[in-house]
Amino acid sequence: MRVTRFLKMRLMTHNMLTSHVKGVTNGYPLILEATETNEKEIDFNPEFIAKMIPRIEWSALVNAMEKLGKADLIPEEVADEYENDEDFLHKAHHALLEIDVIKGNLVCPQSGRKFPISNGIPNMLLNEDEV
Amino acid sequence: MKLRQLEIALEGVEGFRLPKVNLEQYVTTPHLAACLLHTAETRFGDIYGKNVIDLGCGSGILSMGSAMLGCSFSLGVDIDADALEIFQENKTHLEVEDAIDALQADVSNLNAVQHKRFDTVVMNPPFGTKLNKGADMMFLHTASKLARNAIYSLHKTSTRDHVFKKAGSFGLVPHVLAEMRYNLEASYGFHKKKSLDINVDFIRFTYKCVQT
Repeated sequence: MRVTRFLKMRLMTHNMLTSHVKGVTNGYPLILEATETNEKEIDFNPEFIAKMIPRIEWSALVNAMEKLGKADLIPEEVADEYENDEDFLHKAHHALLEIDVIKGNLVCPQSGRKFPISNGIPNMLLNEDEV
Repeated sequence: MKLRQLEIALEGVEGFRLPKVNLEQYVTTPHLAACLLHTAETRFGDIYGKNVIDLGCGSGILSMGSAMLGCSFSLGVDIDADALEIFQENKTHLEVEDAIDALQADVSNLNAVQHKRFDTVVMNPPFGTKLNKGADMMFLHTASKLARNAIYSLHKTSTRDHVFKKAGSFGLVPHVLAEMRYNLEASYGFHKKKSLDINVDFIRFTYKCVQT
């Protein structure tokens, strides 16, 4: 069904989300449990990716890729001269923007609280007693 | 893309099916959305190739428009699952899904998103009246933590002094780019008049300190 085909969360979004449950001090990164994923090639903009690298928590991205069974597609460390490293930037682009998580959970590493992803939308709303 | 073209394209964005009064779900008109985004891009270069977050995105007119103007990534954030469902449909329908993700979260207390990941915030916050007193300033406070370059927002002209004072306390410098009229159709029962024009300031906020 066309309408539901593209409802997805990318790892770019996962990379910036953190658990904020009351009492949690170490809520990052969220453990990615994906039950439904997809891949889609999208336009590669090396300047944009290079600009984002300093803002990305690389180890969290590597961790998410491991959870998806795609550890071989991402370098363990940020390349030294990444701005001019097309191969590195392309791998970063693929990991950040071309993998779609459609369904699953984001799990708080400290409390185990599950934040569900449905229709590609992570739900980070807390219950009243968690704020 | 010309302003008029953008406005016409944004007329294809579907709004709320059943607006919720407690969330002040007024649709941003295609005209207002197009003016806001077109100005942000043509005068300041804050959309194309940028990482943009849309706070209180509703059905997503500002996210869709940002994607049409070539933002590299956009995240729409809203508390309301029904609005986000329409947001997702709009993304697909307008074929801008590659550039846009969505997040369900409370913008007035957005601790789930790490700070300073975005270049630009675009938003049409609740006006902070009725049941939502102060919501507009909570949105602005959240925005101040998320952007690196600029925040584009709409605020009631009648509250300008208050907005300026609060902005200062958040480390922001406000620039009123235009005074506009926001035509609110009579969406709710308590609107006795058929439609209601509200004067709004279109404000660009920048930072007092250079962001690192």
